[in-house]
Amino acid sequence: MTTGTGPGTDAATAGYLLRLGDDALIAGHRMAEVVTRAPQLEEDVALANIALDLLGQARPLLTRAGELEGEGRDEDTLAYLRDEPEFRNCLLVELPNTDFAHTIARHLLFSCYARELYAALAASTDDVLAGVAGKAVKELDYHRDHAAQWTVRLGDGTEESAARMAAALDAAWPHVDEMFTADPVISAAAASGAGVDPAGLRPAWDSAVDAVLAEAGLHRPDLPPQAGPGGRGGRHGLHTQSFGFLLAEMQHVHRSHPGAAW
Amino acid sequence: MSARDTAADGRAERLAKGVADPELPMLTLGDLGIVRGVGRTSGGAVEVVVTPTYSGCPAMDAIRADIRGALAAGGIPDAEVRTVLSPPWTTDWISADGRRKLAENGIAPPGPATARTGPVPVALSVRCPQCGSPDTRLLSRFGSTACKALYVCGACREPFDHMKAL
Repeated sequence: MTTGTGPGTDAATAGYLLRLGDDALIAGHRMAEVVTRAPQLEEDVALANIALDLLGQARPLLTRAGELEGEGRDEDTLAYLRDEPEFRNCLLVELPNTDFAHTIARHLLFSCYARELYAALAASTDDVLAGVAGKAVKELDYHRDHAAQWTVRLGDGTEESAARMAAALDAAWPHVDEMFTADPVISAAAASGAGVDPAGLRPAWDSAVDAVLAEAGLHRPDLPPQAGPGGRGGRHGLHTQSFGFLLAEMQHVHRSHPGAAW
Repeated sequence: MSARDTAADGRAERLAKGVADPELPMLTLGDLGIVRGVGRTSGGAVEVVVTPTYSGCPAMDAIRADIRGALAAGGIPDAEVRTVLSPPWTTDWISADGRRKLAENGIAPPGPATARTGPVPVALSVRCPQCGSPDTRLLSRFGSTACKALYVCGACREPFDHMKAL
């Protein structure tokens, strides 16, 4: 879709872009799953638009990752023909929707993170990434507001909605730390100037999330980070059980009709 | 570049800017401010540079096809369309003419795009494009397309789209 600044391989930056692209792709797909199941019609439209923004961010990121990787993989190959261990998204974005509060909790925690990330990446040394980030930060501003308003509405709503919102935050919270943890690929990209060290985004994220939780009358969960065996997680290709079902649904049309285009 | 090429580029830009937007057909792509310029590919073909309104704007494929079609009909058959994301599109690039056409067609035009702070923004009043009343209420922050929000007027009771400032 978007042309890069030119070919040439750069495995470190390619791996970094894959992490960003996978985060956006999987967050977008999870959001799209809720469309037609939202509590009101206008909300279906909102969720579809947010999913579309995320997909729109994922496409040039994956395209650029494929270019820099230099193995001839395009956005479709990367999205539809990789298996579970090859996906590098953080675990938060793949958490199942369960109920609307879970969708909103994931949406809030991720959009507060992605908003700070893209604000910093607008100064990336990779022109394509800087362009995507400069555009995405405006969209994420809006996503964050949307998530914040629902968090307040549910948290400060009925006893039932508040309990569900609190339970949803508890379910998502153990996966927060992974977003701010650099692996060697992320560290290399940060060192080259193409990426940023996510640890530096944490204070801004903390204050944004805390402000929303305070307004919603919700408590910040006191739960330790959860990681897979040996501290590995999504960035290492180790995913949660529900991710396999997500991939099966996302990929089956493309895999059933190899090479199909429209 | 020859004088003939320069003239062709100018014509290509006018043709591209005159194409109607597929989702807001009362506006041209020029009104919307998404045609960023016309140049030449390394092969010498005319190249129209466009920027999407939103990253996931589903109209981009139609827009690219419509530009190529308009240029072909105008005698420039082998034009290419390149999408750029930077600098990001802003509603400030919608022309005064475009804003007037939006309002005439029942879509409240966007206000100035300003940097916002804080996680929960303060809602600004949007004037009803039907009756002009400022007594309007946000129904949904996302409307029929990514670039619009849905409002309802308290005075005339009509729902209307508002193009979000971005």
